[in-house]
Amino acid sequence: MVDTLLKQPAPEKLTPKDFKSDQEVRWCPGCGDHGVLNSVQKAMAQLGKPKENFAVISGIGCSSRFPYYMDTYGFHSIHGRAAAIASGAKSANPDLEILQVSGDGDALAIGGNHFIHAIRRNIDMTILLFNNEIYGLTKGQYSPTSKHGMVTKTSPFGTIEQPFHPAELALGAQSKFYARSIDTNIKLTSEILLDATKHKGTSIVEVLQNCVIYNDGTHSLITDKNTKEEYQLVLRHGERMIFGKDKNKGLVMGGNGKLVVVTIGEHGITEQDILIHDAHTPDPHMHWLLSNMTAPEYPVAFGVIRDVAALSYEEKMVQQIKDVQEQSSIKCMDDLLNSGDTWTVE
Amino acid sequence: MSQKTKVIEKEEVVIRFSGDSGDGMQLTGTQFSDTSALFGNDVATFPDYPAEIRAPQGTVGGVSGFQLHFGHTEVNTPGDYADVLVAMNPAALKANLKWVKASGTIIVNEDSFTDRNFEKAGYDSDPLHDDKLADYNLIKAKITSLTRECLKDSGLDQKSILRSKNMFALGMVYWMFDRPLAHTEEFIENKFKKHPLVVDGNKKVLHAGYNFAKTIEALAYNYSVAPAKIKKGTYRNITGNKATAWGLIAAAEKAGLPLFCGSYPITPATEILQELAARKDLGVKTFQAEDEIAGICTAIGASFAGNFAVTTTSGPGLALKTEAAGLAVMTELPLVIVNVQRGGPSTGLPTKTEQSDLMQAIHGRSGECPMPVIAASTPSNCFEYAYRASKIALEHMTPVILLTDGFLANGAEPWRIPKMEDLSPITVPLAKEGDDYLPYARDEEKLARKWAVPGTKGLEHRIGGLEKMDVTGTVSYVPENHQVMTDIRSERVKRVANFIPDLPVKGEENADVLVVGWGGTYGHLTTAVRELQKEDKSIALAHFNYIFPLPKNTGEVFKRYKKIIVCELNDGQFAEYLRSNFQDVKFEQYNKLQGLPFTVKELKEKFNQLLEEK
Repeated sequence: MVDTLLKQPAPEKLTPKDFKSDQEVRWCPGCGDHGVLNSVQKAMAQLGKPKENFAVISGIGCSSRFPYYMDTYGFHSIHGRAAAIASGAKSANPDLEILQVSGDGDALAIGGNHFIHAIRRNIDMTILLFNNEIYGLTKGQYSPTSKHGMVTKTSPFGTIEQPFHPAELALGAQSKFYARSIDTNIKLTSEILLDATKHKGTSIVEVLQNCVIYNDGTHSLITDKNTKEEYQLVLRHGERMIFGKDKNKGLVMGGNGKLVVVTIGEHGITEQDILIHDAHTPDPHMHWLLSNMTAPEYPVAFGVIRDVAALSYEEKMVQQIKDVQEQSSIKCMDDLLNSGDTWTVE
Repeated sequence: MSQKTKVIEKEEVVIRFSGDSGDGMQLTGTQFSDTSALFGNDVATFPDYPAEIRAPQGTVGGVSGFQLHFGHTEVNTPGDYADVLVAMNPAALKANLKWVKASGTIIVNEDSFTDRNFEKAGYDSDPLHDDKLADYNLIKAKITSLTRECLKDSGLDQKSILRSKNMFALGMVYWMFDRPLAHTEEFIENKFKKHPLVVDGNKKVLHAGYNFAKTIEALAYNYSVAPAKIKKGTYRNITGNKATAWGLIAAAEKAGLPLFCGSYPITPATEILQELAARKDLGVKTFQAEDEIAGICTAIGASFAGNFAVTTTSGPGLALKTEAAGLAVMTELPLVIVNVQRGGPSTGLPTKTEQSDLMQAIHGRSGECPMPVIAASTPSNCFEYAYRASKIALEHMTPVILLTDGFLANGAEPWRIPKMEDLSPITVPLAKEGDDYLPYARDEEKLARKWAVPGTKGLEHRIGGLEKMDVTGTVSYVPENHQVMTDIRSERVKRVANFIPDLPVKGEENADVLVVGWGGTYGHLTTAVRELQKEDKSIALAHFNYIFPLPKNTGEVFKRYKKIIVCELNDGQFAEYLRSNFQDVKFEQYNKLQGLPFTVKELKEKFNQLLEEK
């Protein structure tokens, strides 16, 4: 019944405005979330799918208010569980386009288990991970991605914990799609979201996001107008890993298996020496190196870092059911009830 | 099939097979009960096994037992005490002797009665020479060596040979009760069809056991238990867990929705997930989640997306699902949560039965968070109550908790197979394209909201755990609205009472004592009350399947009786719940917390005591 409901004729052309709900957006003025919301609405309009096929599913946290601002189907659930709820929704109704919105606390602390298992199963959905390295909604406690030593309300003398790097978790869970953007770059974020949505399987999109109230400027080294071009490397599949204000810096592989930043024109380095990004290679080694680069030693990698094709969970689920149904003589409940050992009392 | 010396007709017989947890006693017991059911007896079974898969061999802790009760008359329990005990080792004898009827028959595998095994079982000396066994009909059979001898030229290895010794014991008991071997032979042929040597070996040993019993005339007489007078129809044996799984599938088919089960393995509920996973032919989707929380959360997601969703668990798992269950109440999504209760608290007694999650089911959530709670009461009616729980969930747009327990889950009995066309219809309040949809607009009768499935054009809306504005469903912190919504959530569940049957009472309207029970104790309570009624005692039984809300006539029923005793396998949770609902009624209690069902004997003693106190 559900399946037939989803067989829709070609949709009318949609604009980002069609995805705006009538609810007032209540994030703080200047919050990075506003930019991401715009990016998402822009990307969804470009996908050319009817909006009733979208479901936005979130957990708890500032970013998890997201579904209320989208004029699609939406579910604002409970802390940490959105990945599990989205997994169920997608398995139940594979035609849905699911955007699962989470923050660093929601996805990586209380919901860490669901996060890695959704990736491991490769359920076709986009997990939009807002990483502001702080708990905002509870007013400023450290999160699993807060930098070591960071002073917050629950770490008045500095945290003594190692932070998670979301990319490492995702790749460790055998992620097939990992991309990174930054809240202020609406164009890049929506470009990435288009790729992420088109990718079959769990797509992780980490957005470095600024919390103006509790963690303002945490990403400033890579967002500052004066330095950002030196510290941002936007990767595109098939293109060379070149960055810098003068587009003269690049990455090469060092003899010790580490990436090395070089300058084109110095020490005999030419553009031909710079590595070419291959997002589609199944071997995650280079993706690991790229996604783990931190400033100021390296530029921080943005764009689609990994995008490898694989069957999704629900594709395999549907196929398995079809295969079993073709072979089984049990076609309905009455068949099952009367199967096996039965006897009749006259 | 064989020439019998003397045949004695019996109304009913209880047999208990016991041995090491690797001895195949569950299989042996199942074979005997299936054969008896096919023969036409009424049967009830109860496996009793340790939590460890292979507990230390030869120890009392590692004993696995399977009790079955078959009869010419109605059988409602697996029986208190056994007429025949099969003990494959000294530990099995030690663990089970107290469950054998005075002058009952005990078959032991003599080969296993060695000094080393006495020590493991905690015997100081050979119990077979103990005076304690003098009152029993003791049959010593060298089951291991006879099996080995029988298969010495079979080409099977020693391990496989030893593994088939349970068939020797089964063969012996088949002879004693004049059962045909055909069903078990067929079973062996199917189970080992890829291993013809094993098929031949097992069948040979089965016959050897049968012939051995005949040769030694294991009993002075043979017992015969004639088929029971059973309602016409087609029957099958079914366990509680399988019946639960099938009830859920039947409801999904009736409602015209795909069934989705998000679950995490947990004893004693796991077989429900396993059975559903095997039913891909009926389109069932199972999702083995990473934990209990993901089990219910995937189900909630599936329900949001338009499937009929269920999650299955046991007590500790229900505790983990608590927060998400609250989300299902808040979002008013249909969901069935099956809790197969086991001994608690904490890990407790995973393989044993108990009814101690009642309060958790009724109240165990944050906030004012009501959801209907219903309970199955026999292994086979797990089907009916799973179906009814599903119907309530889907028609009233609410999560429902279905309580069963370890005793029902693993117990089996013959079941008259229903026809799908005879099951009551399930009408799902789906919103349709073009509807003027408001997420929290309700129908007047049930106060159920409509279900707008993602993918339906024009019905885009948002739901979630935050309090919602009445009718429109937008987020609301308005104080008066929270009062309104709380009242609606409460009233919705109360109105389920308008859609359930009255509480039935077995016995006279003004009997001296009314026995009250709920859920899995039905068989024992009904047997105890029936036997006392046959003795002309003034006693009646009211057994509950609908816990929350209670049937509407409950107060009326209680008013008719002066003495009411609530019997349950917990410390008095239902009694306490009834007291809070009926403050003028006095409820006495009878409670047991041993991980075991009641015995009919102890119930009758208690009831007699109560009948005598005037």
